[in-house]
Amino acid sequence: MGDLWAGLAAAFRLLVTLDADLVEITLRSLHVTLSALVIGAAIALPLAAFLAVRRFRWRRGVIALLNALMGLPPVVVGLVVYVLLSRSGPFGVLGLLFTPTAMIVAQVIIIVPLIASIAHQSLRDLWSEYHDLLISMNVSQSQKMRTLLWDSRRALLTASLAGFGRAIGEVGAIMIVGGNIDHATRVLTTAIALETGKGDFAMALGLGIILIGLAIAVNLAIHWLGRTEAEGRW
Amino acid sequence: MVGLLPLRVRGATSVRRGKVLVGPVDLDLSGAGTTVVMGPNGSGKTSLLRMLHGAARLSDGQINWSCDAREARARQAFVFQRPVMLRRTVLENLVYPLCARGETRNRAVACARDWAARVGLAELLDRAAPNLSGGEQQKLALARAMIIAPDLLFLDEPTAALDGRATREVEAVLQQARAQGTQIIVSTHDLGQARRLADEVVFLLHGKVHEHTAARVFFDTAQTPQARAFLRGEIVE
Repeated sequence: MGDLWAGLAAAFRLLVTLDADLVEITLRSLHVTLSALVIGAAIALPLAAFLAVRRFRWRRGVIALLNALMGLPPVVVGLVVYVLLSRSGPFGVLGLLFTPTAMIVAQVIIIVPLIASIAHQSLRDLWSEYHDLLISMNVSQSQKMRTLLWDSRRALLTASLAGFGRAIGEVGAIMIVGGNIDHATRVLTTAIALETGKGDFAMALGLGIILIGLAIAVNLAIHWLGRTEAEGRW
Repeated sequence: MVGLLPLRVRGATSVRRGKVLVGPVDLDLSGAGTTVVMGPNGSGKTSLLRMLHGAARLSDGQINWSCDAREARARQAFVFQRPVMLRRTVLENLVYPLCARGETRNRAVACARDWAARVGLAELLDRAAPNLSGGEQQKLALARAMIIAPDLLFLDEPTAALDGRATREVEAVLQQARAQGTQIIVSTHDLGQARRLADEVVFLLHGKVHEHTAARVFFDTAQTPQARAFLRGEIVE
């Protein structure tokens, strides 16, 4: 119990003094995760719409695979990305290992199946509602996809936030490909792991509380911007 | 521009999961204004309309329009029994089919306002379409179908869930469209509506065309006993 109070006190102290290191790693956390979210959503949402609209041979297989990949172990993703980006790997010449870019790549791989699966569920429901009408109107495949994406944007926001939640709290993959290097690739989650390892539980808890606060703040901000609960039911 | 009709249907059949929904159907439609498809529930009215429109797969037989099939498809519109509302405002629902065809936004909006006024929805342009009442939704669906100025309009029991006043408004739009030369194929099991609208009647039973004659002939001297029984208001099975 004493550790928890000490953690709260540490969090309070860090926030009030606007600790320079804290600001730096918090901003890096946001930078990495939001970049991964934007890129991941840009891949996952059209993919989900495509899977909802198109009928092709391996469609069921792809959907089942996406659902299975929602539980992709981040450590393994980190390992694979590490191997690909390492000096001797196929993308070694890019020199990306132990940079924030490598962390973004790993997070994109982790969240794309999650966002695509959740988005596909709601797009599929909307498609069954719209199917006859859009077929009758003779619209093209890309128009169908755009219509579905636009008309279920609220549900897609929720899917994206699920991706954000998974990425912001993720430590296994970014620890491996980022390396937790101070002033270069240290983010909130890897800092917590480090402080815990050092035995500085107050600091670790303080960072943890700030991480949770950050996740809540971003969710609220996006909901507020999207006015999710303010009007309509979609 | 070549007309859509005459339409020649030979042996057309629609099968789903091993069950014959409608057919085999032989039908010639030459363009006599409004064709009313009648028959009891489950006789295949909806399936026939969907098959002609190209929304249901043709399992066997042929449907030949007078022009190219793709072009024919683009010049048709369909109003469903249960209107499908896009999750958008009334205005956006009306604009959608025009913009999907590459019409400019400004012209589409002007056209949408015009059609909203014609069906009495001018006050509701900014309302979310799924929140409209059943009658308002059906009128919106009709306006959204008519807005592309189709040569041929299909309606599947458009007034089955509407009260008298909404039915009259829908029928007024249909009469007006007919006067402007739009071909209309409407299914109904409402005898009164059939008498008001029909130029010719297709009587359907068990997925097959039992009679196809001019409306006057059908209502006065129906040929088959089933049609006569249906007209007397008996339950035909």
